[in-house]
Amino acid sequence: MAALCKWRHRLKPAGFFQNAVRRQLSDKYDYDLLVIGGGSGGLACSKEAAQFGKKVAVLDYVESSPKGTKWGLGGTCVNVGCIPKKLMHQAALLGGAVKDAHKYGWRIPSPITHDWLTMAPAVQDYIRSLNWGHRVQLQDKKVKYLNLKGSLMDGHTVKAVSKTGKESVLTAGNIVIATGGRPKYPTHIPGSLEYGISSDDIFWLKESPGKTLVVGASYVALECAGFLTGIGLDASVMVRSIPLRGFDQQIACLVTDYMGSYGTKFHWKCSPSKVEKLETGRLLVSWTDLDSGKEDQDTFDTVLWAVGRAPETRALNLEKVGVKMNRETGKVCVSADEATSVPHIYAIGDIADGRPELTPTAIQAGKLLARRLFGKSSELMDYDCVPTTVFTPLEYGSVGLSEEEAVRRHGEDGIEVFHAFYKPLEFTVAERDASQCYIKMVCLREGARRILGFHFTGPNAGEVTQGFALAIKCGATYTQLMATVGIHPTSAEEIIKLHITKRSGLDPTVTGC
Amino acid sequence: MFCNNRVAKCCDRQKTLNPFVSTLFSDEGSNFQDILLEITGQKTVPNVFVNKTHVGGCDKTLQAHKDGMLQKLLEGSNETYEYDLIVIGGGSGGLACSKEAATLGKKVLVLDYVVPTPKGTTWGLGGTCVNVGCIPKKLMHQAALLGTALKDSRNFGWEYEEKVKHNWQTMIESISNYIGSLNWGYRVELRDKNVTYMNSYAEFVEPHKIKATNKRGKETFHTAAKFVLATGERPRYLGIPGDKEYCITSDDLFSLPYCPGKTLVIGASYVALECAGFLAGIGLDVTVMVRSILLRGFDQEMAERAGTYMKDHGVKFMRPFVPTKIEQLEEGTPGKLKVTAKSTESGEMIEGEYNTVLIAVGRDACTGKIGLDKVGVEINEKNGKVPVNDEEQTNVPYIYAIGDILEGKWELTPVAIQAGKLLARRLFDGSSLKCDYVNVPTTVFTPLEYGCCGLSEEKAIELYGEENIEVYHSLFWPLECTVPSRDNNKCYSKIVCNKLDNERVVGFHYLGPNAGEVTQGFGVAIKCGLTKELLDNTTGIHPTCAEVFTTLGITKRSGADITQKGC
Repeated sequence: MAALCKWRHRLKPAGFFQNAVRRQLSDKYDYDLLVIGGGSGGLACSKEAAQFGKKVAVLDYVESSPKGTKWGLGGTCVNVGCIPKKLMHQAALLGGAVKDAHKYGWRIPSPITHDWLTMAPAVQDYIRSLNWGHRVQLQDKKVKYLNLKGSLMDGHTVKAVSKTGKESVLTAGNIVIATGGRPKYPTHIPGSLEYGISSDDIFWLKESPGKTLVVGASYVALECAGFLTGIGLDASVMVRSIPLRGFDQQIACLVTDYMGSYGTKFHWKCSPSKVEKLETGRLLVSWTDLDSGKEDQDTFDTVLWAVGRAPETRALNLEKVGVKMNRETGKVCVSADEATSVPHIYAIGDIADGRPELTPTAIQAGKLLARRLFGKSSELMDYDCVPTTVFTPLEYGSVGLSEEEAVRRHGEDGIEVFHAFYKPLEFTVAERDASQCYIKMVCLREGARRILGFHFTGPNAGEVTQGFALAIKCGATYTQLMATVGIHPTSAEEIIKLHITKRSGLDPTVTGC
Repeated sequence: MFCNNRVAKCCDRQKTLNPFVSTLFSDEGSNFQDILLEITGQKTVPNVFVNKTHVGGCDKTLQAHKDGMLQKLLEGSNETYEYDLIVIGGGSGGLACSKEAATLGKKVLVLDYVVPTPKGTTWGLGGTCVNVGCIPKKLMHQAALLGTALKDSRNFGWEYEEKVKHNWQTMIESISNYIGSLNWGYRVELRDKNVTYMNSYAEFVEPHKIKATNKRGKETFHTAAKFVLATGERPRYLGIPGDKEYCITSDDLFSLPYCPGKTLVIGASYVALECAGFLAGIGLDVTVMVRSILLRGFDQEMAERAGTYMKDHGVKFMRPFVPTKIEQLEEGTPGKLKVTAKSTESGEMIEGEYNTVLIAVGRDACTGKIGLDKVGVEINEKNGKVPVNDEEQTNVPYIYAIGDILEGKWELTPVAIQAGKLLARRLFDGSSLKCDYVNVPTTVFTPLEYGCCGLSEEKAIELYGEENIEVYHSLFWPLECTVPSRDNNKCYSKIVCNKLDNERVVGFHYLGPNAGEVTQGFGVAIKCGLTKELLDNTTGIHPTCAEVFTTLGITKRSGADITQKGC
């Protein structure tokens, strides 16, 4: 099948035919490595390969969002993902800090307001500096950067199209696909594409989104609704089924409960049916309550779709060259060494089937792949126990199995869950509600009780979780956890003080210090 | 003890135990042995009993000696004492120990009495940490961090009038209220767990007996089978003219009813730097007078970096100077003081005027006036610290000690708590688990926080030799500092690895925001045998500061550039 595809291609474009001949004559490719996609994974892979003295090129091309938003080099994380979202989350946290500050003795004259037009450009400026930094880094490492859109012609050949439509053909010994994903639109809903925006747009809006409806309950949805609420906007989330699918559901509920008391509105078990634009310019959204079947509607300034992401594979011509795809997810099937079904073609990052959609995993996978290809390494990427953090108003850090998954694998009687509700010290004086600050450690029940999963909600969840991820990687047990001395006064010390099991039914609220 | 003639002679030498030995001679021996068989199921000798409890033969006795059972039996029943355990000192360690003992069904008394400072400051139950330590200092540090947050907030779009001021009284009131609630919480917990609490000063008067004196001078006497000393430490004064009259210490600062104003902090301990840091953070003019090095005992590169950050953020440093006298120029709240100081290098004398002088040059163990001489507990004459064995036992077997007064141990709340709990379990629950004082993670809440676990670089070099350690390090720029464009590449991470042991991480050092939160998990990982390879194989959490440790690629040896660019 792969051979057939190749053959058909070789017949079609004349330019390519010549290229194939040239390749045969010189037995050389234009590049040792060609990376399609200049995001976290692609850049890491290309830079690492260049370190081995290889000739490397990266093709990166950002297709505008339906709203027309575009950005520079660096992919989702830098431009429309982790970086801007954490900065806007930080803006929201600072809003909380301004409120807390009164109790700590700071006299701040009211009124206190937030200006989108100060925050967004500041965030965007920083992103641009990162775009520039990536360009410089590629240059320093002698990686050729091409602002071109690539598609595969065969196992060693890529067609590259420029903004103006100019085509060129590039050949390479190895090709890495790292094109990532883009937000999905619910195109069956009238008005969704015309009037809605996605996370590709929110960070680049030229004015405040105003009253916003976020549709979806992915972490993207909750994070966006969270920081919008935090900077003082009226934000609602519309959820069809469950929040944070794939994450521990008890924690997901705590996270959304906190958001509820934080001011985010939730429309549970509702599904939007259409979006219309009113004469005022505002958007009228109609939806159905899935339980009662009742119709309802409200007007918003902005509708943000966060109903999932689709891998960016359409234009790559993957199936034609024989790269096996998962029909269901639309992602590229890969083996443990990131290889696709076609020799010399690899896939990393969000586009690779079954991989976590996270920047650090893409970076690490990209680096390790380059080392295997050019550096005589055989080390494979370990996708087990990947820690992650959701930057909702109450942050949620986790690593390892959710309680549900642990029960599924080891049975209810096979696991021991230690948990605690705690109060971060900085909440006390600020008189903040800490009812959702919670820690859960899922352990095997037998022996030294090896830790299977760790879940933490509270301030600085990412910072707290990183070290524990490492400990779990070291095979940490509950016994070892208990033998570690706490750092006082921190939130993280509550983790090593966990002693109440869920099974006991005792009150897990921490008192005193 | 029933034994044959040979064993009896051995026992004779063990005079300290003073056993009752019944030697069985061959003629009547068999009769006795038959009876012993009936009672104990053991015919062979020796057959050992302690306080009417049957232990067993030689092997069983040796085993009992090994696991501590023998010692417990020998210490005997405590029917004659009022309490099973008396704990002197109601701080972190003392409370933890007493509550644990009470949970195990023991009759426990805790005595706590706060001797007022020279300035007259006193406080409630809970010890240093809660009243004049970790809790108020972290809250004041938080107040200072919020000051930075307020500045940052404008870059992130928040708008309000320019004039933002800090009000000391509001902060003190909020913090005092919270501490009050903790004091109360401890009282309630002790009551719930049936621990008797006395707000009295305790001192030994004879073995197993203490005198308790309350605020009104009323004396009572109490006895117990076992004692735990957990009196902690109090700030040291300088012993120069004017120090006790005019200066304050950390014991006074956290409840000072007025804003300290222009402040001189004397000392470079973590207490000194933390106090100087948050005072500067809430907008005060702060100078730190340092005799020699910063943060003695900590990694010196980290200490200097933490100090440099403070200097960059407005704290003045006077080095190397020691004060020679303090004079009062004006009374008031705050008044005005004149400080004379001398350079330890040139001998140059300088003078300065301050509203407040805070002494933070170290702490002394409160062991001098509790009658330890009456019961023969040895202390280190120089610093008052109590030497103990690895089970926190002093030279007097029924007296134990935990917390800050221990010689050569960490002065940290969680260590004291852990030691106290484990001690109670060993004493009353047959446990053998000892407190592990190795690889204790800790954090200094300086303006740029410093978290560490394991060895300093200097110590690692001393232990393993320079050629056998590899130091990986990196500067980094927290994402939240980018938009306000502050502190670029001021934060620093460093790990010290032992090359002889598979690059095991023997030292972890982090200078940056949320150091405590970052360090805790790494503390567990180091306990689990963390190596550099495992660090490299762990996925980072993006975007965080902690993730820097998963991508440390540059060795110090290489001298390569460690500034971080991009993400």
